[in-house]
Amino acid sequence: MTQSNTTIVPTTTWSAGAGCHGGCGILAHIRDNKLVKVEGNPDHPWNRGRLCARVLAMTQYTHHPDRLRHPLKRVGARGEGKWERISWEEAFDLIEERMKAIRDAYGPESMLFNSGTGRDIYPWICMLAYAYGSPNVMFGLTGSACYGPRLAAVNTVQGDFAVFDAAQWFPDRYDDPRWRRPECMVIWGYNIHATCPDNLFGHWIIDMMKKGTKIITVDPRLSWFASRSKHHLALRPGTDAALAMGFLNVIIREKLYDRNFAQTWTNATHLIRTDTGKLLTEAELVSGGDSANYVVWDEATGRPLVWDCAAVDYRGEAPEAPMFSGSCEVELPQGEKVACQTVWDTFCAEVEQYPPDRVEEITGVSAELVAEAARYYAKAKPAAIHWGVAVDMTPALTPLVQAISCLWALTGNLDVPGGNVIARLAFDVAPYALPGSKGAIRLKSEELDKPRIGVDRYMPLNKFYWRCSTDLSLDQIFTEDPYPIKGMWIQTAGILQGLGMDPKKWRSALEKLDFVVAVDLFHTPTTQYADVVLPATTFLEKDSFRSWWVPLQTINKAMRVDECLPDMEINFELSRRFDPDFRFETLHELYDDILKPAGMTFAELQQKGWAYPPEGSSSCPYRRHEKGLLRPDKRPGFRTPSGRFELYATLREQWGLEPVPHHEEPPFTPVSRPDLAKDYPLILSTGRRSPAFFHSEHRNIPWLRAIDPDPVVEIHPETAAEHGIGNGEWMWVENWMGRARFKAKLTPVVPKWMIMAAHGWWHPEKDAAEPSLYGMWKSNVNQLLPMGHQGKDGMGAPIKHSMCKIYKAGPEEV
Amino acid sequence: MAEKQRYGLLIDYEYCTGCFTCQVACQQEYGWPAGMGGMRVNEIVQNLPKGKAYLTYFPFPTELCILCRPRTKKGLQPACVQHCMAECMRFGPVEELAKEMAQKPRMVLWAPK
Repeated sequence: MTQSNTTIVPTTTWSAGAGCHGGCGILAHIRDNKLVKVEGNPDHPWNRGRLCARVLAMTQYTHHPDRLRHPLKRVGARGEGKWERISWEEAFDLIEERMKAIRDAYGPESMLFNSGTGRDIYPWICMLAYAYGSPNVMFGLTGSACYGPRLAAVNTVQGDFAVFDAAQWFPDRYDDPRWRRPECMVIWGYNIHATCPDNLFGHWIIDMMKKGTKIITVDPRLSWFASRSKHHLALRPGTDAALAMGFLNVIIREKLYDRNFAQTWTNATHLIRTDTGKLLTEAELVSGGDSANYVVWDEATGRPLVWDCAAVDYRGEAPEAPMFSGSCEVELPQGEKVACQTVWDTFCAEVEQYPPDRVEEITGVSAELVAEAARYYAKAKPAAIHWGVAVDMTPALTPLVQAISCLWALTGNLDVPGGNVIARLAFDVAPYALPGSKGAIRLKSEELDKPRIGVDRYMPLNKFYWRCSTDLSLDQIFTEDPYPIKGMWIQTAGILQGLGMDPKKWRSALEKLDFVVAVDLFHTPTTQYADVVLPATTFLEKDSFRSWWVPLQTINKAMRVDECLPDMEINFELSRRFDPDFRFETLHELYDDILKPAGMTFAELQQKGWAYPPEGSSSCPYRRHEKGLLRPDKRPGFRTPSGRFELYATLREQWGLEPVPHHEEPPFTPVSRPDLAKDYPLILSTGRRSPAFFHSEHRNIPWLRAIDPDPVVEIHPETAAEHGIGNGEWMWVENWMGRARFKAKLTPVVPKWMIMAAHGWWHPEKDAAEPSLYGMWKSNVNQLLPMGHQGKDGMGAPIKHSMCKIYKAGPEEV
Repeated sequence: MAEKQRYGLLIDYEYCTGCFTCQVACQQEYGWPAGMGGMRVNEIVQNLPKGKAYLTYFPFPTELCILCRPRTKKGLQPACVQHCMAECMRFGPVEELAKEMAQKPRMVLWAPK
């Protein structure tokens, strides 16, 4: 029990420690600078006193005997596990000297800065990279295939992101009269309650289920949600877009869509030339016209009228009867007549390719079930869809995201209570650039951004996603074309044990670099390849803040562990050393500057704990497109080029990519590669979440490890029997890239034709030095997954679906 | 002499998602080493006809559960109840919990020795 000489510090979770995307209010019980207990904060609107196993295990984390407590310098060869303790001053001096030498010889872009998923350090790693002068901030996952691509893709069609509505925008939550409970929620490739990804609290959905929300689950596995669903659509991994198109097919064919929304708020009425298949622009219609404006046909007068994208309105008069569906002939200035049809018809022509029986062929979900689920979703009002990383982990993620976004838009569920609600950074405070926003911390000049790896090839990197391409960066380490990469700064990220597909290739890349810094809380397989390792802190040991959606809240320093320093303090000190013009004296000064749009200082926000944007703010719902709260010019509409939700994506047309949603078969499936399927007959899926771990973290926390002690493969009992594998026996999973060893968990939650392999596995209790590297080379499933198969727009990659064969491990291999 | 009031836990296992919060909350509260504690979460996968299955998690109070007497006498909820992510556990006098149990199926009422 907590004693009277204990201080209770209220704070917010985010990243190291909890590991997750954060947001929960907690009470840290501190005695003599030691964490003695963590409790959920009952007054916090986000979690209302609830807390997950990972945060409740924080006493075992903060004071773990293996915590890195001092800066270290490598003394042996890389991967040999030999280190020497150095002081912070020595560490900073060494890093400054080595990184300045690289900058002087090769330019600042020759340093890569790598961060993990959804970290609070993104602003601060950008601060460091930008102070140094490098635009190459890299997430580290192939195709950046986690969340950012979803954000970028949704921004492409609707100018803002949207999430399910659990009344998280209001301090009194479900009691707020503005909110409505969703009648139906579609949970798409998402086991959200384990680890709460994407800055949402997974159990909000359970709250709403108790209030009556019905669930449709899209997941090849029988997840907890699937067990409690009205409809469970167990599709073949990688066929999600076909399913979404099938939903659209049923909804349009049976006229279950919101015609008024489609007509008023989408670009359905814009004309497409049937000869070129492209949008007809004002520049083609009249000489001196603007090629960024589009054309609508007025059926009442039989005339074309111009849609002025900058004004988000018709030029001059509005059409009496804008043509929604149909064709027309438009006369161009030279007298040429071109046949045109509406965006709606073009969109529907694609959707017509996906009747339920064809969707059944592609996905394996029965045509009847596809139709029934689509009807149920479309008729439920309001209804919300929420999706997980399965959506990003396929190369044609953008067309898939377009299809799903069209579902919520065309059913009239966009930014309505209980629907898919537009999510913005609280008070528009943007510490760093999530897709869709410009961060407060930027490079000094646009010139410095030009060498960012991939900007010339992948257009979303110029519009939404302000990172370098991971796949091209890895290649460039080897090719040195168009310029060499000489060093890497890796901060609370596990490029070898977690983020990196094909980890052997990443190891070769790290071996080739002149200088590698790793910042982390524990040694990991990745730190073994660094030259300097710096000890970072948990969220309990730092002052910070978060504006990721709402509320705006502070993270408050409750304690200190030895010489460990918060990521931002490490990066702040180095930023001052790298940039003679760095204009802040203290971190709090910098925080105050970033928080300006909220109209409060860091200290003031800390006093409040959390703050919700008021009604009328662009970060407070609902129906903001009607109120002119989404666009910088305050005009009604969306923040897209046309000002409308784009059924036909104008940006994708400009980028030479398919403008309407559709399905593409991924590269490594039994359908696309029947040749490989002969030797590798099972579908390999990875990445199912454990409630005990956040990706590759927490394997060293005793209470958590006891929950999930071994790397497991979920395998159907019949499939296991065919291979002579018993429950709990060790087995190999192998394909053309390599193999990894797992413990078989026989369970009917996976289909017979698929296995689910746990990701992020290494063994902190095993030998750090190569060839063991904490046992990682035996357990890391990423050895079976490739780099370099990112989507056409650089986004998304085949992580959730590959192929494999399995066999029992011999006794000598256990 | 009135019989001593008996307290218990009402567990709505229909909503238990298997987050293991109760298990770790108890271990933190009493400093139990890994492998010991007042709560154990079990996964039950039941095969159903027509090749279907149903997934249930069940938080099981063990021999070590003392219903957090040190907490409840201060007016706090037991550590597992307060932190349960699905809010699927209730603490109270068994008679009151039994009345609640009449309102909803798929629950288990438990009391310690």
